[in-house]
Amino acid sequence: MKKKNLIKQYFIILLPVLSVTAAIIIALLLPDSRRHQTAAHPYFAFLLTGILIAYITAVIIGIFKKAQLKKITDKAPLLAAAVLFFNILNIVTVKTALLPVLYFPSLDRVIGALFEDRSLIIKCVLYSSRILITGVIGGAAAGFFMGVGIGFSKKISYWISPIIRILGPIPSTAWIPIVLIVFPTALSASAFIIGIAVWFPVTVLTSSGVSNVEKSYFEVSSTLGAKSITQIFKVGVPAAMPSIFQGLFNGICASFITLMTAEMIGAKYGIGWYVNWQKDMMVYSNVYAGLVVIAVLFYLIITVMFKLRDRVLVWQKGVIKW
Amino acid sequence: MVGQIEFKNVKKSFRKPDGEIVNALNGIKLTVNSGDFVCLIGPSGCGKSTLLRLLAGLDTPTDGAIYLDGEKIEKPSSDRCLMFQNHTLFPWLNIYDNIAFGLRVRKIYKEKKSLADDMIKLVGLTGFEKSFPHQLSGGMCQRASLARALAGRPKVLLLDEPLGALDAFTRMNMQDELLNVREKQNTTMIMVTHDVDESIYLSDKIVVMSSRPAKVEKIIDVKLPHPRDRNNPEFIRLRNDILKVLHYAGNEKDPEYYI
Repeated sequence: MKKKNLIKQYFIILLPVLSVTAAIIIALLLPDSRRHQTAAHPYFAFLLTGILIAYITAVIIGIFKKAQLKKITDKAPLLAAAVLFFNILNIVTVKTALLPVLYFPSLDRVIGALFEDRSLIIKCVLYSSRILITGVIGGAAAGFFMGVGIGFSKKISYWISPIIRILGPIPSTAWIPIVLIVFPTALSASAFIIGIAVWFPVTVLTSSGVSNVEKSYFEVSSTLGAKSITQIFKVGVPAAMPSIFQGLFNGICASFITLMTAEMIGAKYGIGWYVNWQKDMMVYSNVYAGLVVIAVLFYLIITVMFKLRDRVLVWQKGVIKW
Repeated sequence: MVGQIEFKNVKKSFRKPDGEIVNALNGIKLTVNSGDFVCLIGPSGCGKSTLLRLLAGLDTPTDGAIYLDGEKIEKPSSDRCLMFQNHTLFPWLNIYDNIAFGLRVRKIYKEKKSLADDMIKLVGLTGFEKSFPHQLSGGMCQRASLARALAGRPKVLLLDEPLGALDAFTRMNMQDELLNVREKQNTTMIMVTHDVDESIYLSDKIVVMSSRPAKVEKIIDVKLPHPRDRNNPEFIRLRNDILKVLHYAGNEKDPEYYI
């Protein structure tokens, strides 16, 4: 029984190797359809080879480190399936031209675009990140302070809440026509509407988080000698943190949508602009390259946010994992 | 001596959401001596917790006033710490930071750090400083909550059924813990409880209250030496006395339901 399990584990570890090898063989040996434009290099095969080498190295290290081997065994089927998916994609595009050639370029050309157009792409990523970070930090800070104010003070709530209820639900992209006139640069205009996108959910969830904090926490802290300002920042805000992060998560997701829309409309740079521009030029390989970059960029941003949250909310039982 | 409390004809009434006015306390007159352990006992809903909240300064009396060492109580202060039935430890702080919370917000942590360390030792939580409340058992949390309340050396400790949610065994341990703390720090303690035995085991003075609107029905001095034996004939006699008063107190109001 034990031996059988061991054989099963070896087989699972071998799966990605088989999958990658099959993909390499097909990529290199099967002739390309003549309707497809050829890429400068067989990038897909390069990438696969890279993956294969990295994987085998990881397995070799894993032989000495049990924990890593377990992790590899866990992820191996997923990797194998992912490579299989791209292998099939490679077959239906460049090898057989089953999908419309114009809109579904070869993987070689998509990877090639990432590589050959990298200086422009990096410039675009930096430009987009700058707008995004400015907007998210500005919007989150405004939302946080407004939410705390509304949550703690009836007076602030009386004056500010109606404004939020009326302005908040307007989709941030609807502000574009006005914002483009009011702000001097496209950068500040984009950052502002991203700020709005983040501001609304952060405000609402911060204020509701603060007003839902158990009253006894405030009572106990006041008998321990905390003054009201101290109570806000030492009791109310930490207790509301789970809700605040929920708002931040919603806000960041909304900011991605806003960023892309804003860049596709008025911008001269940025990763959203890049995708849109390449589409207008009918260079779909670069469009896909842009999408890959967007996916990676946003994945990283969300991951950083969740890492931060896990650190702040270590005290919470059973937080949602990313 | 510090920690002497005087209730001068304290009245408290509430307005219910439908506008009806409910009298919770009807002229409470009571003096608590410094360093005493006093239990408030009475039918449920009679206003014992209200009395404690007034004492903490979380509510203000409708009429009359409460004085601590001759000074009128108007708002919450670290002189009078409150401990609830549920531990109310801050879940975002670890046990140590919870206990040191009062010292930190009063900005005396640097000079008085040892108070927090001492309390951890006193309640037997050494080794759990870095744990979060949700990782500890109910009894341990309640002990941490006691440590937090006492770390700032309050003159008075107010206990609102602090042991009500604990199992019988932990409860008895905590009772000894409270007596131990009282002996070491000479803090005046005022505790609301439903448990007659507990009140006799702990108190110097038991205040039996009538049903709403609450008055002081009877004050019973307990002169038994510590540690008290729950089977001592005097203990049993006191228990019967209190139950008799409580029964009488309970009978005065209309029955809540008819069969």
